[in-house]
Amino acid sequence: MDIKQTEDRIVREFGIFEDWTEKYKHLIKLGDKLDPLPPEDHIESNLVKGCQSQVWLTARLEGEKVLFSADSDAAITKGLVALMIRFYSGRTPDEIIDTKPDFLGKIGLSEHLSPTRSNGLVSMIKQMKIYAMAFKSQISS
Amino acid sequence: MNQGNEHIQTSINWDEIRSHFPVLQQHVNGKPLSYLDNGASSELPQVVIDRINAYHTNEHANVHRGIHSLSQHATDAYEQARKKVRALINARYEEEIIYTTGTTDSINLVANSYGRKHFKEGDEIIVSEMEHHANIVPWQMIAEQTGALLKVVPVDDQGELIMDEYYKLLSDRTKMVALIHVSNVLGTINPVEEIIEAAHARNIPVLLDGAQAVPHSAVDVQNLDVDFYAFSAHKMCGPTGFGILYGKKELLDEMPPYRGGGDMIDKVTFEKTTWNDLPHKFEAGTPPIAAGVGFGVSIDYLNTIGMEIIEQREQELLQYATKKLEAVDGLQIIGTSSKKASVISFLLDGIHPTDAGTILDKEGIAVRTGHHCAQPLMDRFNIPGTLRASISFYNNEDDIDRLVKGIEYTKEFFG
Repeated sequence: MDIKQTEDRIVREFGIFEDWTEKYKHLIKLGDKLDPLPPEDHIESNLVKGCQSQVWLTARLEGEKVLFSADSDAAITKGLVALMIRFYSGRTPDEIIDTKPDFLGKIGLSEHLSPTRSNGLVSMIKQMKIYAMAFKSQISS
Repeated sequence: MNQGNEHIQTSINWDEIRSHFPVLQQHVNGKPLSYLDNGASSELPQVVIDRINAYHTNEHANVHRGIHSLSQHATDAYEQARKKVRALINARYEEEIIYTTGTTDSINLVANSYGRKHFKEGDEIIVSEMEHHANIVPWQMIAEQTGALLKVVPVDDQGELIMDEYYKLLSDRTKMVALIHVSNVLGTINPVEEIIEAAHARNIPVLLDGAQAVPHSAVDVQNLDVDFYAFSAHKMCGPTGFGILYGKKELLDEMPPYRGGGDMIDKVTFEKTTWNDLPHKFEAGTPPIAAGVGFGVSIDYLNTIGMEIIEQREQELLQYATKKLEAVDGLQIIGTSSKKASVISFLLDGIHPTDAGTILDKEGIAVRTGHHCAQPLMDRFNIPGTLRASISFYNNEDDIDRLVKGIEYTKEFFG
């Protein structure tokens, strides 16, 4: 599934919820189902800077695709993290660099993208793009 | 509570007081707002908003330098606030009241001006484990530049300063004691009289971070005999960007200016500049005039109710909230001192504070979550952060009941 199809799928998936309760419960479920991050990766150097909840993020290059793994100690943040992994993991560096997570607005969760929200999501996206840029230069060199 | 006070208390119509605050009349996320984040910033009564508005509409001009009527009027209005602050905290002289941008700025002023002049290699500054970052970092920065060291008074499990340790830390090397008066996280009211007395016995000056104290009780700087006292307007029904440093005149007089620019000078030549007198020596540049004018009205407003009455009402709400929260299964209060201001930090079993705060927000309940700018204190209790309900006199029992209901709902949500 390409990045555009993934976006459409997420938007459809969240479209069925009528109120915030259902939406957030689904988000928490997505977090619960996220592939676990190995314990040895829960380290300071993998922490994404966020004021309130902690997010750990790792990335590796497989062929020309970037694979992300992540975790958070807060349930709602972890759900958002799971969405970001679904959206950005397994893409080429260019796709990651060039695509904004506009779907968050379409599913009514853009409030979490505010830099003042302090849940680490904005920093996580920034970190994903930094990884993508690093891998891009690695591929081209 | 004595009978006289009880009589005054019953004559206050708290519903009417609440109606003075337009922000509280709204719905948030479709629910009536219960604003319990007063420790971060309190709301403005209509009289303060109107005064700031009137200032911008009819009275604005720069202060302290105009010969024209508008400027003189603005200067008068702005300087009125200084008289009101002096009276509020019972300082001896008006020039002991320095306008700053807030508590943080006030502490930075003392650290940079007093600290740079007096601290040297091996000197010690005493802070505590419960300090807000604003009363740690400025001292750390000046310590790095002067070779001084920070010494830290530990906190016990109830959230009180371990006074024995404080006494042990006091020595000939101590050059400043800088402590929080009321903890923004734990609510603990520290024994500041005792702290000051012990420091003064060794001729050590004391700075108190009063950001969470002045809004909730009557503070008398002469009675305390405190050397420096810092607080913010926006935590006491005033505007943001405005705060106070109180300092004893004899200390402020001998301190060098901290920032250079207009207003703080006497005479400038390229060879040498001489400083203006107190308080202007520390007030470089055009200040937030409207905020100062507004803050004067905030003080009038608080005085109309009376700081003692405010303290009583907040203690009543604190007791009500503590009892209700203690009854919630799986809820742990962090900070159980017997002497507390109306601040309650708590944790919910198995629920991250951010998650709980998000759900409470959806229910129209505003609380603070996170480390509350006190990371060393979080480390002390070995927790990532807390939820914090900070109560003001304009809150009511219904706000507390809604908080408790919201917590029960949050537990269900993540259950």
